[in-house]
Amino acid sequence: MIQAILVFNNHGKPRLVRFYQRFPEEIQQQIVRETFHLVLKRDDNICNFLEGGSLIGGSDYKLIYRHYATLYFVFCVDSSESELGILDLIQVFVETLDKCFENVCELDLIFHMDKVHYILQEVVMGGMVLETNMNEIVAQIEAQNRLEKSEDQVLA
Amino acid sequence: MALKMVKGSIDRMFDKNLQDLVRGIRNHKEDEAKYISQCIDEIKQELKQDNIAVKANAVCKLTYLQMLGYDISWAAFNIIEVMSASKFTFKRIGYLAASQSFHEGTDVIMLTTNQIRKDLSSPSQYDTGVALTGLSCFVTPDLARDLANDIMTLMSHTKPYIRKKAVLIMYKVFLKYPESLRPAFPRLKEKLEDPDPGVQSAAVNVICELARRNPKNYLSLAPLFFKLMTSSTNNWVLIKIIKLFGALTPLEPRLGKKLIEPLTNLIHSTSAMSLLYECVNTVIAVLISLSSGMPNHSASIQLCVQKLRILIEDSDQNLKYLGLLAMSKILKTHPKSVQSHKDLILQCLDDKDESIRLRALDLLYGMVSKKNLMEIVKKLMTHVDKAEGTTYRDELLTKIIDICSQSNYQYITNFEWYISILVELTRLEGTRHGHLIAAQMLDVAIRVKAIRKFAVSQMSALLDSAHLLASSTQRNGICEVLYAAAWICGEFSEHLQEPHHTLEAMLRPRVTTLPGHIQAVYVQNVVKLYASILQQKEQAGEAEGAQAVTQLMVDRLPQFVQSADLEVQERASCILQLVKHIQKLQAKDVPVAEEVSALFAGELNPVAPKAQKKVPVPEGLDLDAWINEPLSDSESEDERPRAVFHEEEQRRPKHRPSEADEEELARRREARKQEQANNPFYIKSSPSPQKRYQDTPGVEHIPVVQIDLSVPLKVPGLPMSDQYVKLEEERRHRQKLEKDKRRKKRKEKEKKGKRRHSSLPTESDEDIAPAQQVDIVTEEMPENALPSDEDDKDPNDPYRALDIDLDKPLADSEKLPIQKHRNTETSKSPEKDVPMVEKKSKKPKKKEKKHKEKERDKEKKKEKEKKAEDLDFWLSTTPPPAPAPAPAPVPSTDECEDAKTEAQGEEDDAEGQDQDKKSPKPKKKKHRKEKEERTKGKKKSKKQPPGSEEAAGEPVQNGAPEEEQLPPESSYSLLAENSYVKMTCDIRGSLQEDSQVTVAIVLENRSSSILKGMELSVLDSLNARMARPQGSSVHDGVPVPFQLPPGVSNEAQYVFTIQSIVMAQKLKGTLSFIAKNDEGATHEKLDFRLHFSCSSYLITTPCYSDAFAKLLESGDLSMSSIKVDGIRMSFQNLLAKICFHHHFSVVERVDSCASMYSRSIQGHHVCLLVKKGENSVSVDGKCSDSTLLSNLLEEMKATLAKC
Repeated sequence: MIQAILVFNNHGKPRLVRFYQRFPEEIQQQIVRETFHLVLKRDDNICNFLEGGSLIGGSDYKLIYRHYATLYFVFCVDSSESELGILDLIQVFVETLDKCFENVCELDLIFHMDKVHYILQEVVMGGMVLETNMNEIVAQIEAQNRLEKSEDQVLA
Repeated sequence: MALKMVKGSIDRMFDKNLQDLVRGIRNHKEDEAKYISQCIDEIKQELKQDNIAVKANAVCKLTYLQMLGYDISWAAFNIIEVMSASKFTFKRIGYLAASQSFHEGTDVIMLTTNQIRKDLSSPSQYDTGVALTGLSCFVTPDLARDLANDIMTLMSHTKPYIRKKAVLIMYKVFLKYPESLRPAFPRLKEKLEDPDPGVQSAAVNVICELARRNPKNYLSLAPLFFKLMTSSTNNWVLIKIIKLFGALTPLEPRLGKKLIEPLTNLIHSTSAMSLLYECVNTVIAVLISLSSGMPNHSASIQLCVQKLRILIEDSDQNLKYLGLLAMSKILKTHPKSVQSHKDLILQCLDDKDESIRLRALDLLYGMVSKKNLMEIVKKLMTHVDKAEGTTYRDELLTKIIDICSQSNYQYITNFEWYISILVELTRLEGTRHGHLIAAQMLDVAIRVKAIRKFAVSQMSALLDSAHLLASSTQRNGICEVLYAAAWICGEFSEHLQEPHHTLEAMLRPRVTTLPGHIQAVYVQNVVKLYASILQQKEQAGEAEGAQAVTQLMVDRLPQFVQSADLEVQERASCILQLVKHIQKLQAKDVPVAEEVSALFAGELNPVAPKAQKKVPVPEGLDLDAWINEPLSDSESEDERPRAVFHEEEQRRPKHRPSEADEEELARRREARKQEQANNPFYIKSSPSPQKRYQDTPGVEHIPVVQIDLSVPLKVPGLPMSDQYVKLEEERRHRQKLEKDKRRKKRKEKEKKGKRRHSSLPTESDEDIAPAQQVDIVTEEMPENALPSDEDDKDPNDPYRALDIDLDKPLADSEKLPIQKHRNTETSKSPEKDVPMVEKKSKKPKKKEKKHKEKERDKEKKKEKEKKAEDLDFWLSTTPPPAPAPAPAPVPSTDECEDAKTEAQGEEDDAEGQDQDKKSPKPKKKKHRKEKEERTKGKKKSKKQPPGSEEAAGEPVQNGAPEEEQLPPESSYSLLAENSYVKMTCDIRGSLQEDSQVTVAIVLENRSSSILKGMELSVLDSLNARMARPQGSSVHDGVPVPFQLPPGVSNEAQYVFTIQSIVMAQKLKGTLSFIAKNDEGATHEKLDFRLHFSCSSYLITTPCYSDAFAKLLESGDLSMSSIKVDGIRMSFQNLLAKICFHHHFSVVERVDSCASMYSRSIQGHHVCLLVKKGENSVSVDGKCSDSTLLSNLLEEMKATLAKC
């Protein structure tokens, strides 16, 4: 199970916060902050797994993250997930974002948090991996966007 | 009105959207909080408007603010409004907000049930999808129960997109509503072979999650997963399956054997590192499971270790990390193969990456030996000094302690060294693990007797040194060691060299800055110290000295009396009064030392942490019984007195000196001794094993090296452990020399005789004798402690509820709750009153499936018995031997029986839950557990002898008459049929209402027309009435809540109220409907007779033989009996028939005689004794109502006559 998916930038500003287990808002912020500090002090050329977050999970949980330019993508997962598999999944997620936003950059995530959520919803559902095939993910997102557009036209 | 709308849309143009909000926040960096609170005010205005688009926009902005940490729960109702928008665009916004902010505590969440149900059955797949996604994040037990059936239907949706989502969300439903697991499992299993890879992967995902928690229930799926593993090409699915196998193999070593080969092939062939890694992991799991009884698969181990070494040496840090992680798993069972890579692992300890260092540390744990422990710990200590982050340093600290203390300090040869290591560790600033060090100090001092003198001197130095006290607030964690130090110095004060000095140290004013629980220990141990000083002084005849000490106590104790901590205050004031009393006595020159030290007489022995739990409950003691009747409500639970004392305090018995005079004290002491003598939990001071040990030194024992302790130990603040390393080396060297000497002598002796192969004197672990007379006292356990392996189970584990046997056939009572038509009970809760429109659209499908499922279940029932054998067959590598000539039907009947009683137990549990809520029945549960354990035990015992297994594997074909299979039976009986429609019905007693039965009528459309406007009219009798909607008259028909397209069937349920249940009765009824096809519509009618048999008033209720015997003895029951001839059916099946048709359960069965039990909905007990003769069966019945009994027996006779 995936416990949480966090995206924040190099300064720790949250860009996407998705918990699959209930935490009150202030705890969520604490977790984001703690995770940020844990990840920040790590060089880019050391491993992408880390343990020791005190707020989330426990000994069974791991943080698996990737650092892209100005953004950190962090997945908090338990031992039922394959570490390397999750790394691949982060890659899939980012590539999907790249496709949907056409050369994604931090600004896209800042201004379209809702869309990022919709994309994530096609990849992970309720903490479980829903789809790993990028073409399938993109197809579903595009179909939903078309549906939204057609509704918009009716509205106009 | 129109104006308002125009105004609304104009307003909207000026509203901020999400982008504007984000931009605004970015532009107000200085006063962000103020700006946001402004925005929230705007949002509140927007939410008040009628326009759904405005609301949706507002909710979208709220979702963004939620991410920034703002609580948006106040808008929960508005979120629900947006969720129920008809447009997908808005709906999606609503569900997203809900998924981010709703949780079990959200009170309005129950309002969503119908909206979600509507969305789930929406014709648009994206509406359904969005609802599923949202629900997966905020499903509650109530939602899970109400929607389980709808979601289950979606698992067979035509669109794979919906199917995979429905499959995944089922896991969440199971977690919240475990009862749904069994009914839904067959379909879930089916989805493992779904044509769509996404759905398949989802199903694998869910089953893996389930199996991870309770693997044993999923063993029977192993062949299916094996097939998937060898056929699938999807790495994601493969990884999950391989991980699952890793969880299954420990339960079934034969599975492991089967897996080794394909996994090894995968390891060689795959290019995906992730897959390779998981394969290696599972092979390791297999090897671990095999290691117990199998010859070593050294080739496989070599392959794994070799692959892992490649990973660890890889430049990719991720692989290095994982390699170490997997290596630590091998370490547990094959330490030798890992130890050869020690160089590599020590190297990783210097890695710049903390995660890697931590993993390397884990490995070290298994690599230590008596020989290298000191060296490794030394290396770790240098790391401790270097470490920057507290997390890593704390980890190092715990590792050092773990490594040293593992398996009862097995590798420690010199405890003085260990104590000095512990003392050195106290110099760590800001560690969180002070209590760990303290626990070790206490443990070692208590359990290793020989070290006490040394420990005490070290501890008194600690107490004396200012650095721990210095700023106790900042170093919060480390001052915990003072707790141990104070206690050790007090308890073993006889070893103190300068007790007076230590006493002064403990009475310093600075001590009052320590946390309360430590001060409390100080206060208590000051008295112990005082007592021993007193004794010394009195023995030496220094009356003045003794009085001086007393005066010191009287002077210093008041600082503790003023403590804000209750415990400290209480102890201090007690002791102060005691000391004052002593002072008075001393003034009169009365010797007091004896009396005072008697307060602390006796020795403390370590007690196993589980000892208390293992004390057996004496016979005849009912722990659940009230001692006093519970008080009335006024004294509610939250007024319960809280535990005042710290938990740790309970380690030692509390001594509570009081102001009572000496006589009183003596009397109390006597009483206490008496009590202790009778108290099994009290740790007695009587001779303990270690004393004997000490008296008889080992034959091989080497004299202890004399170490001049006094010099170095007086200087705290210097690292001392190093010198012990040196000393230890010297000692070992000397030891070796001595041994060599002896060996030479022996050799010389041998030379005289025969010449022996000169084996090189290698120094192995065993050769190093410990320096101290180490008596590692084993922990005490109470006499006749109960063996129990359930100690570790956490009763609050949410996954425990999912520990459900999935191979048992489904019972009727386990069906998922569906919306019932006007069941009086359910209609009370508003959320279930769903408008008809939505029901129509989906119901037919659902019912059809349900039917199918039932069919499947029946087939399964048949297969069930074979199942265990199937797995065995699949697992056995050798072809199954030809059917054994000797018929061995006994075990399998046994098995049937087991399965049956078990199933009934289960059934009862589901049914009995409502009852349980009202009045907890611990007894019942206990029984059930026992039963389960018993059956488990049986199963296990059946599995144990590997040889006999195959023999027991296939007696099914042996054709013994007992084995014949029952034809699939349905509890639904035909009610009426014509060319249009077929009606079947089943009547079930309702547990909740003592005079109600539920009639489930399945209507099947056999024509090519659509059947609509169906109405059921039933003529009530005096005794039986149909429950009708309020306000409708007795003569009105009750509408059937669905239409039937051609070929479709559906079920409707009606509730009847019955006055007297002792007689069977029949009700006449008519079904009227309109049949519509292309040519037109016709009105049709079908008459039927509802037959309420007496059996239908019975509810299967299990009964235990003791209760059953009591019932029979009570004499309140009237008796009657029947006999039926010409029975050829096996007894087993006969009983099954009675159970099935007449709702009985088997209480006990002996040979061809069985006792059975059931209860009516009105609480009549019915007991049966069924005996089988040659060709006949006799049934003796006892029942609290004679009419009911005779009617029941008549019905039974009819059933049996058909056999």
